[in-house]
Amino acid sequence: MSDTYSGDTTLGITGEHAISSTAERRAVVTSPGATPSREWVIVTRGLKREYDMGGEVVRALRGVDVAIRRNEYVAIMGPSGSGKSTLMNLIGCLDTPTAGEYWLNGVLVSKMEDDELARVRNKEIGFVFQTFNLLPRATALHNVELPLVYAGIPADERKKRAKEALEAVQLDNRMHHKPNELSGGQRQRVAIARALVNRPSILLADEPTGNLDSATSTEIMKVFESLARSGQTVIMVTHEADIAAHARRVVVLRDGLIASDDRREAFKAQVGLA
Amino acid sequence: MPFFEAIKLALSQIRVQKLKSFFTLLGVMIGVMFLIAVVSIVEGMSRYMTEEFAGRILGVNQFTLRRSPNMQFGDVSEETWRAWARRPRIYPPEAKQVRDALPSGTHAAIENINFLTAESVFARPRQVMSVGTEPEYFDIKKYRLTSGRAFSEQEVLRGSPVVVIGVDVAEHFFPNLDPLGRELRIVGQPFQVIGVLEKQGSLFGFSLDRFAIAPYTSPIGNHINPRGDIDGLVVQAMDEVVLGDAMEETRGVMRSIRRLQPSDPDNFELETSAGALSFFAQLKGKLVVFGTALPAIGLIVGALVIMNIMLVAVAERTREIGIRKALGARRRDIMRQFLVEAATLSLFGAAIGIVLGAAMAKLIAATTPLPAAVALWSVIAALAVGAGVGIVAGIYPANRAARMDPILALRQE
Repeated sequence: MSDTYSGDTTLGITGEHAISSTAERRAVVTSPGATPSREWVIVTRGLKREYDMGGEVVRALRGVDVAIRRNEYVAIMGPSGSGKSTLMNLIGCLDTPTAGEYWLNGVLVSKMEDDELARVRNKEIGFVFQTFNLLPRATALHNVELPLVYAGIPADERKKRAKEALEAVQLDNRMHHKPNELSGGQRQRVAIARALVNRPSILLADEPTGNLDSATSTEIMKVFESLARSGQTVIMVTHEADIAAHARRVVVLRDGLIASDDRREAFKAQVGLA
Repeated sequence: MPFFEAIKLALSQIRVQKLKSFFTLLGVMIGVMFLIAVVSIVEGMSRYMTEEFAGRILGVNQFTLRRSPNMQFGDVSEETWRAWARRPRIYPPEAKQVRDALPSGTHAAIENINFLTAESVFARPRQVMSVGTEPEYFDIKKYRLTSGRAFSEQEVLRGSPVVVIGVDVAEHFFPNLDPLGRELRIVGQPFQVIGVLEKQGSLFGFSLDRFAIAPYTSPIGNHINPRGDIDGLVVQAMDEVVLGDAMEETRGVMRSIRRLQPSDPDNFELETSAGALSFFAQLKGKLVVFGTALPAIGLIVGALVIMNIMLVAVAERTREIGIRKALGARRRDIMRQFLVEAATLSLFGAAIGIVLGAAMAKLIAATTPLPAAVALWSVIAALAVGAGVGIVAGIYPANRAARMDPILALRQE
């Protein structure tokens, strides 16, 4: 990632982002069983997820069709209970759907076993969480190394790549600090370095600014913006409209179904943001 | 996750929780310590048996012709006892015939033993192991004298009242005196001390120097065996082959003297050290089984403690497990992490236990007559047991960790 992303220097430049058209998306989600072409990083068709809560079936997702093309910067938005966390868990391969298809990079992952999903998470997905989820007793460097450990990368190369990833988020002078010796913004940047160190297909962020003050939130959103600009596919789950508005495209969920899926300009107009 | 990473992680866990790790390891430590100590003592005794006891007391390539076994090992039935008691006694003329038939390369001597009261003008009376025998006995037992001489064949023929004594006897009855030429009374009969034996040491805490050797024909003969029979004829061969020949000759001569039919069983005994050694091998097996049963309980307790601690560790680190899974750890990665941690923990305890056990064995060897030798196999076994206990104890917690749902694990505070 360090070759395409070089930090704040690229921020502030405006330009047109890759964004798929509604027609293209409809075409790809309405052909069940067909393998999507490689440009589609994520395609879900009729994705359903039901939970059995003591005899009562809770239908968290009731048939979601989403298609996300490479290099898109998409926000998934919705109030609590809308199913956005469930969708994020499915997209992040932490969970499997009750019904429907999920194609990641042209591979059907919705039918995969536990360990295969672990492999996919390791190779294809970089997670950024609201609560950072860094290992408290490990240094920043070791935290960033972790995905490479599970990828079976030899120690020397691991160290080298982890260092580069931390340099890219301007934390080269904090490598040997533990999480409790870092500020919230620094912790989230460590998490971003960790998410990107294995060069994943998608960066999946779950309320990435939820535990940060507004200044730090802005700083993190700038990092995301810059990553998206450099070609990284970014998917961000949030319940805050102004955070969602940083993305190029906003998918709004309500009651387990997609309520709207449009460019951010349309979304802004809809929710009344300037 | 590579194996080496898992060990590093386990060691760092031990480092951050030193006290907790120590208490966790107590069971394994104590178990292994006693395992090493018990095995060391049993091994030491065993080595002592073969090298010292069998060699010195029973003798290598040696057998004794007796009426009935001198040493009974294991259970002897009432009937067997009675059969032994019915056997005819052995008298010196029979011993002579046997001796004449023995192949060359053998030594033989009559051996009559009893504890008799000895006294001198210098000390109070005391029980002394008294041996009535012949000159060749000194060759068989490899006894060397520090002063004086052994008695001769002529003295045996004459039944001379002469005696060769052990160091303890010399020191007790003749304190700070040269015992040579002095009088030692055995059961009231005056004997002249003609020699003092080299120090023999002790066996299981019993002195081997508290004895007196006289011709079997001397006045002590009447006290040891009033009937005039003999306890046994000790025969020593130069090697195993000669030993076998000598035993066959002896059996043949005895059977012809006793006019035994081919169908009759022997009515005498040829006793070798093999019996004692095989008995000790059995005893050793039992000692090892019982001796390791106790440490085994310690190890089981240790395993339960480790399992418990690992379950706590898994619960405490649920979120960590969730993070690792989200980053791509497979079930086997998580499983291995916790198994290696448990095994490393347990091995650590075993290592400490080995050191303590070896120290304990040394201490016992130094302060009691029990010998001890730390066997290499017991150290290897202890390490294997240590790792095994950790792995067995770790399976359940590790499996629990490996099967965790990453979503639920990540949600945990």
